[in-house]
Amino acid sequence: MALADITTPSQETEQASVQGSGWRRSLLIAVPYIWLLVFFLAPFVIVLKISLSDVVLARPPYFPTFDISEGWQGFVAMFQAFDLENYVWLTEDTLYLKSYLSSLKIAFISTMIALVLGYPIAYALAKAPKEWRSTLLMLVILPFWTSFLIRVYAWIGILKKEGVLNYVLLWSGIIDEPLTILNTDAAIYIGIVYSYLPFMILPLYAVLEKLDYSLLEAATDLGCSPFKAFWVITLPLSVSGIWAGCFLVFIPAVGEFVIPDILGGSSTIMIGKTLWVEFFSNRDWPVASAVAILLLIMLIMPIILFQKQQEKQAEASQ
Amino acid sequence: METLVSTQPVSDFAPWNNPGEVPLVHFDGVTKKFGDFTAIENLSLNIYEREFFALLGPSGCGKTTMMRMLAGFEHPTKGNILLGQGNLQEAPPHKRPVNMMFQSYALFPHMNVEQNIGFGLKQDKTPKAEIKRRVEEMLSLVQLEPFAKRKPHQLSGGQKQRVALARSLAKKPKLLLLDEPLGALDRKLREQTQFELMNIQEQLGLTFVIVTHDQEEAMTVASRIAVMDHGKIVQVATPAEIYEYPNSRYSADFLGDVNIIEGRTDISTGETASLYWSDEEAPLTVSTSLRLPAQTTAWLAVRPEKLRISKDKPPTSDNCIQGKVWDIGYTGNISTYHVKVSNGSILKAQVSNQERLADRPITWEDTVFVHWDKGAGVFLET
Ligand SMILES: Nc1ncnc2c1ncn2[C@@H]1O[C@H](COP(=O)(O)OP(=O)(O)OP(=O)(O)O)[C@@H](O)[C@H]1O
Ligand SMILES: [Mg+2]
Repeated sequence: MALADITTPSQETEQASVQGSGWRRSLLIAVPYIWLLVFFLAPFVIVLKISLSDVVLARPPYFPTFDISEGWQGFVAMFQAFDLENYVWLTEDTLYLKSYLSSLKIAFISTMIALVLGYPIAYALAKAPKEWRSTLLMLVILPFWTSFLIRVYAWIGILKKEGVLNYVLLWSGIIDEPLTILNTDAAIYIGIVYSYLPFMILPLYAVLEKLDYSLLEAATDLGCSPFKAFWVITLPLSVSGIWAGCFLVFIPAVGEFVIPDILGGSSTIMIGKTLWVEFFSNRDWPVASAVAILLLIMLIMPIILFQKQQEKQAEASQ
Repeated sequence: METLVSTQPVSDFAPWNNPGEVPLVHFDGVTKKFGDFTAIENLSLNIYEREFFALLGPSGCGKTTMMRMLAGFEHPTKGNILLGQGNLQEAPPHKRPVNMMFQSYALFPHMNVEQNIGFGLKQDKTPKAEIKRRVEEMLSLVQLEPFAKRKPHQLSGGQKQRVALARSLAKKPKLLLLDEPLGALDRKLREQTQFELMNIQEQLGLTFVIVTHDQEEAMTVASRIAVMDHGKIVQVATPAEIYEYPNSRYSADFLGDVNIIEGRTDISTGETASLYWSDEEAPLTVSTSLRLPAQTTAWLAVRPEKLRISKDKPPTSDNCIQGKVWDIGYTGNISTYHVKVSNGSILKAQVSNQERLADRPITWEDTVFVHWDKGAGVFLET
């Protein structure tokens, strides 16, 4: 109720100022729609179509293909040739289910590690003196200046048996035998957490920086120790940042392919890797497409949740 | 208005006059600097138990800073603050028997009104039933019972302010700091809350320090008022003392309306002084014990309601000035006549409106006489 009261006047003025130039407004809205249509919806429809097709030894390696010269007849014929064979296949071979579950598990654990590491970093950033903050923030973003691939490859040099990490640990006497980290799940976790940590830190920093410090003063004034004040004030008020950070790490981590491929061992299965094998090694485009579609459906849930969370946050901050 | 009678501090409550009394709060030469900026300068002050102490001063004079030092959020750059017998500096904010109502309210946005008010009690591990009872008591005190389940962002400004007040009051702390607690309330609610506050303070024997920009409020609630200016205290006294015997033009001007007439002194006998305010007219006579050398600049401060105004020259009067009615301010119960006198300055005289507007004999442009007794004003050297 109060919200509506506040928003109406500004909306009215906005509408009034825009109404005069209706076509410009439509154009402005059309740009992102066209973008999504060309670069998201069209590829999605193509992948969906392939996932409903059959694999053949041909070029392209699936049937039916769509030939515009056959007109409406060809279109109908194509639809008649579609079936859900590939999706049925995904349920018959447990490899796919295992890949999905393993991806979810790895993504979930990585997200939790990133949260535990990212929160204190974001907190320290938000509490740092003003003149330092932009520099520190820069340092968080700095790795993005190098290619993702190169950074992941660099971890091989650190994690391998005769790598930097083992060298330091052996030299300092913490271990006697070099550790095997590369080509294990541990390496995947390290890689994912390292790569996506900034996505955790940035939204957390954004909420923590806005946090009204006088709330903590009020809490301690009322007899709450500073430690407890963190749990009852700071943490609940940064929930929106926690959600945002977790989704931003979790969603790409589920579909991650490069990190398990480069750092992980052959025993680790992740859906991204399975998809790659299906597509390039088995050249089974229809099954690979079905895997991709299912992955997308699986990720839509957290994405919708994420959007809901963002909306709520936007509402609350009004 | 029975509450009024029962809560009016009677004149026998004056611990500040008793040299043996140990103050509850003792500021000892406290200086607070923010970088190069001095917010509080070498300030010494005693606040006694059961006092309702008001801080009065213009924006930015350091009132909030003083409170924040008491609450433990700022530390004096120099000097000490003692609470009871102990040095306060060692206690962190959450261990002080002090609660503060923040000027910005600082309500917890993720908690509803009830939870906000009960927060302090919960920290003390008060039993649930007791918390519930106290929260309800506070809610009824600030008249917010229907809003108990609302979140702060669903409240109006005045409602938020009342929640903040209730939250700080819920623990009934030994020392309560109220930073402009009633500024956003309408007049009626404000007066009610003032009396409720005075009741609570009186009944529980608490000590309140209040910041207010409303001088009427300060005069109503306070046992003593400190008038502040740029981080210094100009005068600390009871409201009546400050009103009747301000020690400077600043404090005379800050509390209530006042006419200040500048002039030069002549001989002062120790009982009266003469003030030459105009070359053409007779000097003004003031009762004062001040002895100033002749020809120093001094001021006479006299409240508008102490001036009388008439169309005919009064037969006998200590001070009488002729002038012309320049303007009349009408505020219902009183009228303020602005009278322009020979040197061009304006004197304000207040008359209570016992007659109807149309029946009043004095009007614009009339030549009138403003007169007052020698004891009506205060003679000031600063
Ligand atoms: N953290 C700070 N850093 C720098 N200057 C400050 C800080 N806090 C207060 N000041 C300055 O100290 C002075 C006193 O501030 P304070 O908040 O005590 O004023 P106030 O008397 O409460 O004013 P108001 O009536 O407007 O609330 C102001 O000039 C303010 O700018
Ligand atoms: Mg203030």
